[in-house]
Amino acid sequence: MDEIFHFIIGKYNYWASLVLLFIGLYGMIAKNNLMKKIIGMVIFQTAILLFFVSIGAKRGATVPIIEFGPDKLPLLDATAYANPLPHVLILTAIVVGVATLGVALAILQKIQRVHGTIEEDEILEDQRR
Amino acid sequence: MKRLTLVILAICALIMLAAAVDLPNWADPSSPASTHLSPDFLEQGYGETATPNIVTVVLADYRSYDTMFEAVVVFAAALIVLVVLRRTPRQRSKMVQHRPVREGRDTVLRGAAQLIIPVMQIFALYVVGHGHYSPGGGFQGGVIFGASFILLALCYNLQFTIDRFKEQAVLFCVAGGVLLYAGVGAICLAMGWNFLGYAGLAGILGVSEVMARSHGILLVEVGVGITVFSVMMSLYYDLASGGDLDEGL
Repeated sequence: MDEIFHFIIGKYNYWASLVLLFIGLYGMIAKNNLMKKIIGMVIFQTAILLFFVSIGAKRGATVPIIEFGPDKLPLLDATAYANPLPHVLILTAIVVGVATLGVALAILQKIQRVHGTIEEDEILEDQRR
Repeated sequence: MKRLTLVILAICALIMLAAAVDLPNWADPSSPASTHLSPDFLEQGYGETATPNIVTVVLADYRSYDTMFEAVVVFAAALIVLVVLRRTPRQRSKMVQHRPVREGRDTVLRGAAQLIIPVMQIFALYVVGHGHYSPGGGFQGGVIFGASFILLALCYNLQFTIDRFKEQAVLFCVAGGVLLYAGVGAICLAMGWNFLGYAGLAGILGVSEVMARSHGILLVEVGVGITVFSVMMSLYYDLASGGDLDEGL
């Protein structure tokens, strides 16, 4: 019992991103409206960003900015700072995510312009005609 | 259909749950991610680049190829949105459009925007410029700077913003930021170092190789900031007006 409890509490960052991941995946698969699919995609993306950035956490560590001691010398103890690499990867991924979201919205506007709707079944009907 | 989706997702969730058993606990100092590469970054980053913010160091120095091509991806996204949405005037006249033009003065909204926008822009420049010593850098500052112009376009209208910041100027900034980044790399190459090896700037700037890496980081962060802020504006210009650059939202 104690082991299961530690398993759930010790890895709770994964449960949060797992829940978000499947909310997003469900939205992408099950929703009929393309805008809702894009929203699902963004939630899915957020889940992955959360998963990745949570790896960078380190108990007892602070932000990865080198601090200086009273004698103006840098304190270079790796255990005192969080892992900087996930922060870097997520920082760029967020901005690229916004840019690709812009592309998705542009294509959505184009679809709306051509078919007059963004409902998936109505688009397929429109194409068969 | 939806029930089938739920069943498939439940199976996937169980597989991932089983995989989570092998993952390290949250904030475990001895997890693989924290023991292999990151101690080297944290212990040697300051000595090699004279920049305390290790996130900035990794972003713009150790992983500068990655960041450069992220900037290229953002640049490409802005161009794709432009190509997908832009119409010739002849194509536009075929469509009958009834876009409601918003009238009214919105005094409180515009007054608040006038107060906030200059502060936002100065803060954005601070975030870019102080990225070496505090959380910040080109991506964050660029997004804040772009958001200030989007706020202007929302509180007045799109045409008001386009009159002050022409689309050509925005696209020039989009390309110019990437060019600044790649140009810094090319100068390093010309000085006999690797592409984006900022130590090659030491001779030009007249500083030590360590300080040259610090200055090189600042230069490419400025390039990233210019690209990101102008891409945000370009995306907003095209998406808010359907590529027509008319009244907008």
